[in-house]
Amino acid sequence: MLPSIDSQVLVAVGLAALATYSLRFGGLLLAARFPKTGRFRQGMDALPGALLFSLVIPGLVSEGGWGILAGGLTALVVWRTRNTFLAMLAGMLVIFLSRN
Amino acid sequence: MKSEFFRGAKANVPVAASAMAYGSVFGVLASQKGLTWLDLMFMNSTVFAGAAQFVMVDMWSEHLPVIAMALATFVINLRYLLIGASLESLFTGKSFLHKACMMHLVADENWAVTMREKRYGRATSWFLFGGGVFLYLSWSFGSVAGLLGGGSISDPQKYALDFAFPAVFTALAVGLWRGKSDILPWLVSGGLAMLSYHYLPGKWYIVIGGLGGAIVAMLKTSDEDSAEKEATHVAQH
Repeated sequence: MLPSIDSQVLVAVGLAALATYSLRFGGLLLAARFPKTGRFRQGMDALPGALLFSLVIPGLVSEGGWGILAGGLTALVVWRTRNTFLAMLAGMLVIFLSRN
Repeated sequence: MKSEFFRGAKANVPVAASAMAYGSVFGVLASQKGLTWLDLMFMNSTVFAGAAQFVMVDMWSEHLPVIAMALATFVINLRYLLIGASLESLFTGKSFLHKACMMHLVADENWAVTMREKRYGRATSWFLFGGGVFLYLSWSFGSVAGLLGGGSISDPQKYALDFAFPAVFTALAVGLWRGKSDILPWLVSGGLAMLSYHYLPGKWYIVIGGLGGAIVAMLKTSDEDSAEKEATHVAQH
């Protein structure tokens, strides 16, 4: 009943997993050697927001005017209610309406 | 520890819901490429990175391009180097083994939820891990359901399910906003992200945009004490 995993799948997925884990753990270990004060720290503190923002922007813009509207509404809802799920639904509703 | 684990899981409910929806789409694609549920679960458990898994399944064929797949995964997941680095302060004083175990289930989603929690000074490594486990279960459930159901959601785009991710990450980004000092770094990262998105393949735009924003923040003259601003921000919530 149990399907077996092909050996080439084991190797391909295994290598991909190794690459991904090295990045995750490597980043953490590397950061231990970073300076804890000054300009470098200032940059590291700004990194999470900048990273998440660059992840979001192309996704919104590629959806056109509706995408920007949906993003704006999502931001407004989470800012006023602190409810991430509600904000997500609000954004999805805008896109749903724009496509139907 | 246990309560932190469950608090983390609970905080990840919104992102896990979108991961499950997205996972079902992924499962449908995987079924079209002939993956078994075991292949899929093996990939979910070892790679555990949505975007990279989509690309791997896209490259799936009779003879797997092993090296190309590993390289593509590495490039797409380069952002995890930055994500890992940004989690450093969460793990101060923890053992090597603790770090090694907790870091495997770090995805964009539970990382973003944890960073937002960190702004309020309440994030712990168990919070991160609880979110990771919950996310792993949701992603796995969604993808296996999609694989076995073979297209039960025939047209996910019609229902804006593909927009669940941009929407949920937008909401999380709002939680990371630190005030006026972020305006310039975020403008630069958004601009760089758009440029890289158009001209470069894969997920380079996240790495380049994120680094660009951080570098701008690094170069800015800090006439105001950032630690003090942090304190007032936390006090507001």
